[in-house]
Amino acid sequence: MAQPLVKKDDDRDDEAEYSPFLGIEKGAVLQEARVFNDPQLDARRCSQVITKLLYLLNQGETFTKIEATEVFFSVTKLFQSRDIGLRRMVYLMIKELSPSADEVIIVTSSLMKDMNSRTDMYRANAIRVLCRITDGTLLTQIERYLKQAIVDKNPVVASAALVSGIHLLQTNPEIVKRWSNEVQEAVQSRAALVQFHALALLHQIRQNDRLAVSKLVTSLTKGTVRSPLAQCLLIRYTSQVIRESGVNTQTGDRPFYDYLEGCLRHKAEMVIFEAARAITVLSGVTTRELTPAITVLQLFLSSSKPVLRFAAVRTLNKVAMTHPMAVTNCNIDMESLISDQNRSIATLAITTLLKTGNESSVDRLMKQITNFMSDIADEFKIVVVDAIRSLCLKFPLKYRSLMNFLSNILREEGGFEYKKAIVDSIVILIRDIPDAKESGLLHLCEFIEDCEFTYLSTQILHFLGNEGPKTSDPSKYIRYIYNRVILENATVRASAVSTLAKFGAMIDSLKPRIFILLRRCLFDNDDEVRDRATLYLNTLGGDGSVVETDKDVKEFLFGSLDIPLTNMETSLKNYIQNPSEEPFDINSVPKEVKSQPLVEKKAPGKKPTGLGAPPTGPASTADTYERILSSIPEFTSFGKLFKSSAPVELTEAETEYAVNVVKHIFDRHVVFQYNCTNTIPEQLLENVFVIVDASEAEEFSEVGSKPLKSLPYDTPGQTFVAFEKPEGVPAVGKFSNMLRFTVKEVDTSTGEAEDDGVEDEYQLEDFEVVAADYMVKVGVSNFRNAWESMGPDFERIDEYGLGPRESLAESVNTVINLLGMQPCEGTEVVPSNSRSHSCLLSGLYIGNVKVLVRLSFGIDASKEVAMKLAVRSEDENVSDTIHDIVASG
Amino acid sequence: MATFLSREVCPTVKNILLLDSEGKRVAVKYFSDDWPTNSAKLAFEKSVFTKTQKTNARTESEITMLENNIIVYRFVQDLHFFVTGGDDENELILATVLQGFFDAVTLILRNNVEQREALENLDLILLCLDEIVDGGMILETDGSIIAGKAATSSNMDDGASLSEQVNVKWL
Repeated sequence: MAQPLVKKDDDRDDEAEYSPFLGIEKGAVLQEARVFNDPQLDARRCSQVITKLLYLLNQGETFTKIEATEVFFSVTKLFQSRDIGLRRMVYLMIKELSPSADEVIIVTSSLMKDMNSRTDMYRANAIRVLCRITDGTLLTQIERYLKQAIVDKNPVVASAALVSGIHLLQTNPEIVKRWSNEVQEAVQSRAALVQFHALALLHQIRQNDRLAVSKLVTSLTKGTVRSPLAQCLLIRYTSQVIRESGVNTQTGDRPFYDYLEGCLRHKAEMVIFEAARAITVLSGVTTRELTPAITVLQLFLSSSKPVLRFAAVRTLNKVAMTHPMAVTNCNIDMESLISDQNRSIATLAITTLLKTGNESSVDRLMKQITNFMSDIADEFKIVVVDAIRSLCLKFPLKYRSLMNFLSNILREEGGFEYKKAIVDSIVILIRDIPDAKESGLLHLCEFIEDCEFTYLSTQILHFLGNEGPKTSDPSKYIRYIYNRVILENATVRASAVSTLAKFGAMIDSLKPRIFILLRRCLFDNDDEVRDRATLYLNTLGGDGSVVETDKDVKEFLFGSLDIPLTNMETSLKNYIQNPSEEPFDINSVPKEVKSQPLVEKKAPGKKPTGLGAPPTGPASTADTYERILSSIPEFTSFGKLFKSSAPVELTEAETEYAVNVVKHIFDRHVVFQYNCTNTIPEQLLENVFVIVDASEAEEFSEVGSKPLKSLPYDTPGQTFVAFEKPEGVPAVGKFSNMLRFTVKEVDTSTGEAEDDGVEDEYQLEDFEVVAADYMVKVGVSNFRNAWESMGPDFERIDEYGLGPRESLAESVNTVINLLGMQPCEGTEVVPSNSRSHSCLLSGLYIGNVKVLVRLSFGIDASKEVAMKLAVRSEDENVSDTIHDIVASG
Repeated sequence: MATFLSREVCPTVKNILLLDSEGKRVAVKYFSDDWPTNSAKLAFEKSVFTKTQKTNARTESEITMLENNIIVYRFVQDLHFFVTGGDDENELILATVLQGFFDAVTLILRNNVEQREALENLDLILLCLDEIVDGGMILETDGSIIAGKAATSSNMDDGASLSEQVNVKWL
């Protein structure tokens, strides 16, 4: 019945095909497993069969419940054998099968016997197996043995017990916590890994007791820790303690910093790196503290080991986000990494250089990157494009060379995602840097002359239609657009026709010429193109005399469809399925957005390091909000949305219901958008709304709300509350919130909810509307010009003492956040050793008032910070308001 | 996975993979719930393999990032070794685990590190995996100790590998 494992003679010839498991089949192996029941056990044979079973499981084969039970029972018979090798395979098999509670009982006694065996290997493995499969009740029975094992003189046995303890702590914390004496003893073990495992367990037992953790760290940082792994753990615990204790305000010294610095001289690279990494993420780390860490990382940059270079460059890349100046010393080593074999390292090096680069080094850097771009994969190129975009926003004056670079790479070979990233970047630059508009549009025009991606062509044509007519010489774009009508596929032709119409609608002088072009399109061989041309000719009055384009037509051409496309699709499908005499009514399409795409999913288990958090595309977010709000009839009378804040969390992470709020500011109203997520699979929430208490926000009065009909599990939904406030006034106040809803139980197996629900409520945290909510970040490309042209008419200057602060950079950040304005020309970055700093801010205040701010900071030896604030704006009241904000903030 | 959250300060290994020259499994072990189904695991293995295939990881361990994970890897003949950890893991710790796994397999296969030999000694390789990491916690990183632990259980001392035993039986 056994299948031969090897057919020796045939397979020697054909080595490529050879595998001892060739043609293996589950049914046959399960048959073979009957040898486990033989009265005379053949240990080798049994081992081979187990290997085959494990091979099947490893390849992703699954056993049915019955098959697994059968195998499990026959495997338990193998405890009779005294063969060590077979016993090891039996242990492995039991773990793989993860038996149910009633099955566990069968092997418990055998495993407990092994736990007390004189063979160390049996003891260690039996402990790991038993702890893996056991439940709480059994654990009390074996607790005594486990405590003994923790202090066993054989390190393998001790480690097995300690690691099992770490796993068991999750399920049976109260039992494992009783072992702390033994664990403490094991921390002193001479065996390196026992110390590591003991330290990990001890810390987890005490992790909620800050004082105990602090004591543990204090004693161990003075003592001897043998294994590098344990040393790494200790560094992590130490940083935790540092995070919680803060800087000693008198001396400015940080507890345990000396220990971390000492670890930089450890002999294991793993420890050196762990310590360097820990130092770089210390909150409010100073240059003096940072320097030794940067120095060791710099050494790693020229290591022969790729892993070391990667680790160092990745850490420096993160440091560059907060302390670009500190990393500049490494720039030479970093530049040599641009040609690194490992492209991940090269890309990280490039993006770091882009972050630390100053205005003068941009041109040189771009030259180096151009060579680099030709030999990396698209995914890396996209990272580089993103970095260049942010560099350009930081140094708007350099837009020419950066825009040139983007247009050059746009012409080279590349896939869709890469091209899209470039086009998106150019579009963002055009939006944010007014000076870059004309050249940017021309680059895009040139790109669509030879673009293989229909999607990008149509997107660019659409964008061109909106932006092109506003330029100084719109007529020069017409040629590019009309070329598309002649040369492209029907989809692109159709959107080119729409773009032409937009130019015609906006610029009367171009109208006659546009009409000629549109009339030519009437003979296109695609009906969509012909239809569009006819439509536009009629709406723009192309059949008769030249008339003023009226508002409705412009609305039709430029307005966005305020109906979600999915809803439109469903409605149209329904209409076709139930034929009727009546024409389709677009007003019958529901405007409510079913699910909200905005709520970002956070990566599970991610530590908030305060670095990462890439800025999301601001334009697109605002667009989405505008679309959502305009789909709610109650809010359409509020006028144009001025600003939407970033989401403010109103619940702790990992609560039953996750709620955050976005504050939408209108001229005379504010709308709070509560984004709710139900994280309980067994519940369906209905009629969800928020009761807002505005008693601490006197100038606000509630005018309406929009409840959420239903909130199923894990599908985010929104409910809104609208307030009226005095026009143009930056009213502030505090709002407390209570979430109300009807809960219905859901049967998770069928997904059906019960009919009856219970009313319930859930307390949310308070939030405030602050002055910065009335300020939109709008950058200017040349601050000096903007400042001069604004003139000193409404200038207000005053000086403020900010008192003792942590650092200059922290003070600058605080003021920027308080005002909610856009830092210009990279002035938000404070060189880490400077004693004074100037920061330029620009923004748009409610009522569309342009505001420019010049901040000068100075810090003295006692960390007292003084600030001079100069405001220029188009309205003297606004200039005063800015000072009020700072004075009260 | 709750255990992963509360243990996040502890160095954690998410998976160890040993793939062949076509990216097929020789032996794999997952410790994290990031890939709940077999198809998710296979998809991950495929993208790891494709991403690293063209690189040269034969003299030194190489490293890359994929889906917010750090992957260290090393290739020998037709065998591809991978160790995966989270994106805030210390890269050098993962590299140490990889080195331990690699050394242990080299010892077990008596320097003949290739797919066929590996499959013939699959039992020992699975035992190795079991001795390196337990539920994500690093158990041991010294290759010779790992190989020693795995080998005590087999009849390696007799100088006969699994397939040789089988052959003997069949002859």
